[in-house]
Amino acid sequence: MPVDFFLECALGLLALAPAGIWAARRGTTAGAAVYGIAGLVTVGAAAAALGHLVSGHLVSGPLVSGPGTVSTLRLPIGLPWTGASFRLDALSALFLVIVDLGAAVACLYSVGYGRHEAAPGRVLPFFPAFLAAMNLVILADDAFSFLASWEFMSLTSWALVLAHHREAGTATAGYVYLLMASFGTLCLLLAFGLLAGPDGAYSFAAIRTAHPTPPLAALVLGLALLGAGSKAGLVPLHVWLPLAHPAAPSHVSALMSGIMTKVAIYGFIRIAFDLLGPPIWWWGLPIVALGSVTAVLGVLYALMQEDVKRILAYSTIENIGIVFVGLGLALCFSANGLPAAAALALTAALFHAFNHSLFKNLLFLGAGAVLGATGERGLDRLGGLIHRMKATALLFLTGAMAISALPPLNGFASEWLLFQSVLLSPQMPEWGAKLLVPAAGALLALSAALAAACFVRLFGLAFLGRPRGLAAETARETDRWSLAAMALLALLCLLAGILPGLVVDHLSPVVAGLVGRAMPNQAAAPWLSLIPIAESRSSYNGLLVLLFIAASAMLTAFAVHRLASRAIRRGPAWDCGFPNADPATQYSAGGFSQPIARVFAGSLFGAREQVRMPPPGELAPARLDRVVHDPVWERIYEPVAGVVDQLAARMNRLQFLTIRRYLGLVFLALVALLLVLALWQ
Amino acid sequence: MAVILDFLVQGTQMLVVLLLSPLLVGFVRKVKARLLRRRGPSLIQPYRDLLRLLRKEVVLAQNASWLFRTAPYLMFAATWVAAALVPTFGTGLMFSWTADLIAIAALLGSARFFLALAGLDVGTSFGGLGASREMMVATLAEPAMLMMIFTLALIAGTTQLSTMADLMLSSGVGVRVSLGLALVALVLVALAENGRIPVDNPATHLELTMIHEAMVLEYSGRHLALVELARHLKLLLHISLIACVFVPWGLAAPGAGLVPHLVGFGAYLGKLALGGFLLAFFETSIAKMRIFRVPDFLGAALMLGLLATLLRFVSAGM
Repeated sequence: MPVDFFLECALGLLALAPAGIWAARRGTTAGAAVYGIAGLVTVGAAAAALGHLVSGHLVSGPLVSGPGTVSTLRLPIGLPWTGASFRLDALSALFLVIVDLGAAVACLYSVGYGRHEAAPGRVLPFFPAFLAAMNLVILADDAFSFLASWEFMSLTSWALVLAHHREAGTATAGYVYLLMASFGTLCLLLAFGLLAGPDGAYSFAAIRTAHPTPPLAALVLGLALLGAGSKAGLVPLHVWLPLAHPAAPSHVSALMSGIMTKVAIYGFIRIAFDLLGPPIWWWGLPIVALGSVTAVLGVLYALMQEDVKRILAYSTIENIGIVFVGLGLALCFSANGLPAAAALALTAALFHAFNHSLFKNLLFLGAGAVLGATGERGLDRLGGLIHRMKATALLFLTGAMAISALPPLNGFASEWLLFQSVLLSPQMPEWGAKLLVPAAGALLALSAALAAACFVRLFGLAFLGRPRGLAAETARETDRWSLAAMALLALLCLLAGILPGLVVDHLSPVVAGLVGRAMPNQAAAPWLSLIPIAESRSSYNGLLVLLFIAASAMLTAFAVHRLASRAIRRGPAWDCGFPNADPATQYSAGGFSQPIARVFAGSLFGAREQVRMPPPGELAPARLDRVVHDPVWERIYEPVAGVVDQLAARMNRLQFLTIRRYLGLVFLALVALLLVLALWQ
Repeated sequence: MAVILDFLVQGTQMLVVLLLSPLLVGFVRKVKARLLRRRGPSLIQPYRDLLRLLRKEVVLAQNASWLFRTAPYLMFAATWVAAALVPTFGTGLMFSWTADLIAIAALLGSARFFLALAGLDVGTSFGGLGASREMMVATLAEPAMLMMIFTLALIAGTTQLSTMADLMLSSGVGVRVSLGLALVALVLVALAENGRIPVDNPATHLELTMIHEAMVLEYSGRHLALVELARHLKLLLHISLIACVFVPWGLAAPGAGLVPHLVGFGAYLGKLALGGFLLAFFETSIAKMRIFRVPDFLGAALMLGLLATLLRFVSAGM
């Protein structure tokens, strides 16, 4: 498939945006039609991109760049003398699969879920435009069209965040998001400006051939990390994400968390692995450090939250951290001339990005179903939904297991690959890498364990136990469209988990294009195992693990039922003999995470608890107050905001000058600029 | 013929772990009782308990969902699969390549995930208490376990347990600082994972100190039997793991005949007895900790594991 087809898909989605305005006035059926058409277009794009990946699928060995693997197109729009170029290679094809697959499933979900939308006119026009923007970012082949699409993506998603603008907190979320998005785009703009050099060669092809000097390249890498990292949610640039993602309608939250973060990762990979030229060994270290800190902080934040969608947003930050650790390791290996290890680390990162797009989508859609059924997002008002929303509960459980990295699902497969690449790190000669990578490995292990705790808490409090409120008690199962979308994602999670070799093989053209080597071919492995280096070193077989567990569970159930007893008697809960009928006696969200908060967050977040017990005879109620500080917000953002405010107050005098002074100001500025120019030459 | 033999070894291993684990628990209880100058229950009491529970009817709380009823089977299956992949009497396990040590640890994590969810399912305060504490312990024990795995993998150049045991057996790995640190870390993790004193008391019903017991409070009949059996298996798994990596002598090589396997089995019984005795001795000589002292205990394991990994990273000889 040439690149034209994907551009046509993106244009089709853009054309749907005005239709969305019309559809919003016509009612729910027209809205569903818009989602349906968008879904069909994205399915087509995803299938075509997958076809491109499969055709570029290598048998084994080094990369042979044959014809037909790259397709380019130049349009006479955009900057003069540059035009707008678009290109399709293995990397963009992979991310097109991720984006369009997730988008298609979200569209399928929206056909049913869109009916709950109170203000469809605020969502329908921007939804297809947002999808088109993400597609265009991935196809762009010059700095200008990349940045224009990037900014378009930011603005359409900002409009979607503000869809429920009357709800508390949404306006703040939108404001913070807009600020951070502008900051990120500014950083990318500077990065591309430095890459393009003094001649202003903005096409990626020209940038690839011009290798910047090492200090300049390091600066570009830092700017790219800031720009793409702020969009992806790297700590400390993550503050907008937990505000903006939950504020949007659920199907949009799924797109933002599951997919837009992947577009950010794509941008980073494109700059760091493709445009910058050969890496230097220390480049990977700050990325690994940032990634591992992001992973742990993200999941710790998630454990402190009580709002379902906000927990999911913070967990996105954690997974982004994991992906960046893989990318950083790949850069380190690549610079040290260890292409096989680099291929392993990069494959793990890409695999995890793909997996995250699946299960985070699934979980957000599940959260949307819960929100639609109960109108509640707080864990302390949910509970017992497994009895009333059986299918949703099962699908959500699948997603929770996948994201907690439990075998045999897909989250475990990609994290396992990443751990294997950490184990190859002693091959690196530098002391910095030797000291940092084990620490990063420990932080990754910690974040995986914390993620399991986080999702036990999320699923357990929302779906299990007894309903903590009337809304949860009277919840109804969600519609068929939504369930179909979630079931599809759950199935993909399972398939990617039990057939990881298949996924890894299809990632190999991408990896080979970026680090010059791919992982060994997995299709030849016996029993569809996953063998990253050699069988004697390590292997994992999700399919057999699943079969063994299923077989032994069935066998046990059969044996116990046949040979022992099958009798069941329903009775009241035992609860040590004193059951309490009040659902408020169950563990609350804050109570569940209290031990973990005490262990980890006490020093980190300044989490404090105050218990006030009134003396006997007083009628005041006892109170327990819990304070959690956000160190990043208080240490970085508030001081910066304070400085900006003070500067603005000082500069305010410039608003009230006379015309003479303004003219003088203009004159002085002109003189200063001319002086600079004269000295520059 | 070789395939049949491999299959036999793997099948025997599955049966051996299943049949021996209650005996191990009974042995630990017996030794503890003797150390306290009590008679103690007979060695086969755990078998009797399991059979009694299996025959009884299940009393299910009104609010229990399907998850509560399937969790015991899943937990038991995951633990059993994990235990079947840790070499006990011979390293020629047919399916050892399906899951390496990282996957075995993750399988135990799956079992824990379902147990914690089952604790939350009925909606009692005790279930939540147990699940919350269990996850807190797990957040420290799992990373410590992984760091220990990293250390072993960096020494042996593999994460495959059978290969690792073969290597420890054949080549002179010798006494190393990192191995010692990893052993201490693994012992601490094993104590926490199995809910032994000083982390949790396996014989208690005192609300304030419960972790595991609080989660399985609502279980009865065959479900409780499976949960208990899974717990026995987990203890056996950890002792086998320590034995096969740090005390690999006597393990039969892959493809060996009947005699080496019998020798290996005898050696394995000896190792289990020694491990059980040491555990009982340790448990009787120490008091249980407060729940918020556990993080220090496991933090030490995590730091030891990290230190051992670091040593491996900076010097190949340590």
